[in-house]
Amino acid sequence: MTPEELRQRLDPIVGREGAPQHAPDPVNEPMIRHWCEAVGDLNPAYLDDDFAAASLHGGRVAPPAMLQAWGMPGLRPRGEIRSGPMGEVLALLDAAGYTSVVATNCRQEYARYLRPGDRLNVTAQVRSVSDEKKTALGVGRFVDQLMIYRDIGGEEVARMEFRILKFRPPARATAEAGTGRPRPRPARSRDNAFFWEGVDERRLLIQRCDGCGRLRHPPGPMCPDCHGFDWEAQEASGRGRVYSFVVAHHPPIPPFDYPNLIALVELEEGTRIVSNLIGVSPDDVAIDMPVEVVFTQVDPDLVLPLFRPIPGR
Amino acid sequence: MKSDRSEIGDRAAIAGIGQTEFSKDSGRSELRLALEAISAALDDAGLRPEDVDGMATFTMDNNPEIEINRYLGGGDLKFFSRTHYGGGAACAPILHAAMAVATGVCDVVVCYRAMNERSQQRFGAGVQGRPPMPVPEVVHFGWHSPYGLLTPASWVAMNARRAMHEYGITSEDFGRISVADRKHAATNPKAWFFEKPITLEDHQRSRWIVEPLRLLDCCQESDGAVAVVVTSLERARDLRSPPVRIAAAAQGATTDQQMMTRYYSEDILGLPEMGLVARQLYQTAGVGPGDVATAIFYDHFTPFVLTQIEEFGFCGRGEAKDFIKGGNIELGGGLPINPHGGQLGEAYIHGMNGIAEGVRQVRGTAVNQVEGAEHVIVTAGTGVPTSGLILGVG
Repeated sequence: MTPEELRQRLDPIVGREGAPQHAPDPVNEPMIRHWCEAVGDLNPAYLDDDFAAASLHGGRVAPPAMLQAWGMPGLRPRGEIRSGPMGEVLALLDAAGYTSVVATNCRQEYARYLRPGDRLNVTAQVRSVSDEKKTALGVGRFVDQLMIYRDIGGEEVARMEFRILKFRPPARATAEAGTGRPRPRPARSRDNAFFWEGVDERRLLIQRCDGCGRLRHPPGPMCPDCHGFDWEAQEASGRGRVYSFVVAHHPPIPPFDYPNLIALVELEEGTRIVSNLIGVSPDDVAIDMPVEVVFTQVDPDLVLPLFRPIPGR
Repeated sequence: MKSDRSEIGDRAAIAGIGQTEFSKDSGRSELRLALEAISAALDDAGLRPEDVDGMATFTMDNNPEIEINRYLGGGDLKFFSRTHYGGGAACAPILHAAMAVATGVCDVVVCYRAMNERSQQRFGAGVQGRPPMPVPEVVHFGWHSPYGLLTPASWVAMNARRAMHEYGITSEDFGRISVADRKHAATNPKAWFFEKPITLEDHQRSRWIVEPLRLLDCCQESDGAVAVVVTSLERARDLRSPPVRIAAAAQGATTDQQMMTRYYSEDILGLPEMGLVARQLYQTAGVGPGDVATAIFYDHFTPFVLTQIEEFGFCGRGEAKDFIKGGNIELGGGLPINPHGGQLGEAYIHGMNGIAEGVRQVRGTAVNQVEGAEHVIVTAGTGVPTSGLILGVG
């Protein structure tokens, strides 16, 4: 769906008033008490019959700020929760990829205090849907909704302007929410296990042929020069230079942060290794920049040899 | 100087080509796409399904030979081969088919590649969720995957950055490849980007995919299928369409060969496997760069097109950035490349659509026909073990 198509489908819904929805319960003392305890508002006008009777209210009233609670459909509502104009707008935005939601603004006006026994209904209309905006949470659209609360006699008792942001969850937020993947795990075979076990111990190892002394990375089971099968692991200094580098932007693949700076590092010993550069902005990286290894716990069970510029060089 | 391999060219020929439309969502199964392209290729050759007794494709193709043969209504299959290494396979099925025909192993080989690469499995999305099994390709992948080097664009970008540093290549130089391909696609009605040319400014304004590669440095993702029928030159001469000689066909992998990650060799700027293919092709066909009217260079990403121009000897190392200037690789230039629009402009069918274009150029039936196209180079995927063809007039 293009932005234009989405707009065309939203336009007929915006401004249309939905059918009145009846509050599931009348205004009642038990819900008032629960709300007051949860919020910590112990005003006796809400909780104490005697105090309230002697007050200017002449009896118990509901906290005005509790307004929204009366119109909520509950955890297991009867009928379709996403009915009405708001339901239609949310469904369209979901389909357009704005699948996450956060409430951003709420403004209430009260015409009178609500009292136990008041039966309310709520009519809602979507007043506007913004164009796509960039926000700290991700790109999304603001939806402004107006809800009018009336009593059984049809008198308006309160109204609420409620604004939400429907947004696309960025990849990183998804990973943090626990639904993303950890970093891809390097496969360990009998030929390369020494390297990753070394990394686990925070040592950067290079394979060295016993026969001819050639250093090899990536390591393998046999020396292409002298054809020997015997080798040892030599610890590298951990210092090297950027031989080449890329800055990945697209596609974003969880759990990586983008832009993602990936370098081909030539170690002092002469072998090369691919890794991430950290502690430097992509704009400040240059070929031949001196770097050093930093063993980094990237996941609870994964250490990687990352690289950073050598300070002062 | 010719080698004995040139006998293949005297014995085997391409007798038919067929393809589906190229799209972003074919709406059909890959198996059906394969069958449609093969049927069209057999029709082009004037052959029937029961004439087919060999098949050749990529290991990456999802359509087994036996499934194709079952629905095609084919009979006995005496030869079937597959080539590994992604798009590097592209021209290899033609080599295998030609060898099978030339040696009398079978008579008619269908080479095919069918994929819903845009609507079903996008290669550009990168390799994700691969279990870390202790087998060599996965072990090798593990030297790069933990850092997020997961996409074809990112693999090529690493070599490209170093080449820019060494040779003074600019992003605009990469852009000239894209501009040429899109110019050619703009006049090819079968191309996805028909009537949609781009300027160098468009290229420079396109967003980063993996720096130093921009969106317009990356080929399309496409749905579609292409099939090629190979039979003996003798038989092809009696068939419906004029035969196209397989003047040379070659595969290549070299020392310290890698799969998209030649980062560890002393020199990471060239494509030595493509150089190996080029030398074999020229020697077998008995021609040189000066005899080639047009070349279909595999163009999944623009930087390696420059390298291929060098590996095929059209200019020296590091000089391709100058060779391509002034429209030299566009129609009417010294070496027009990818007259169909390439994979940047026509479609990405893993290089097989380039073989079909090579055949049309030699037949003289291409929509953007290059004059005197008696010898046409076609190459396969770059940065991987690869393959190539020189097609000639039958």
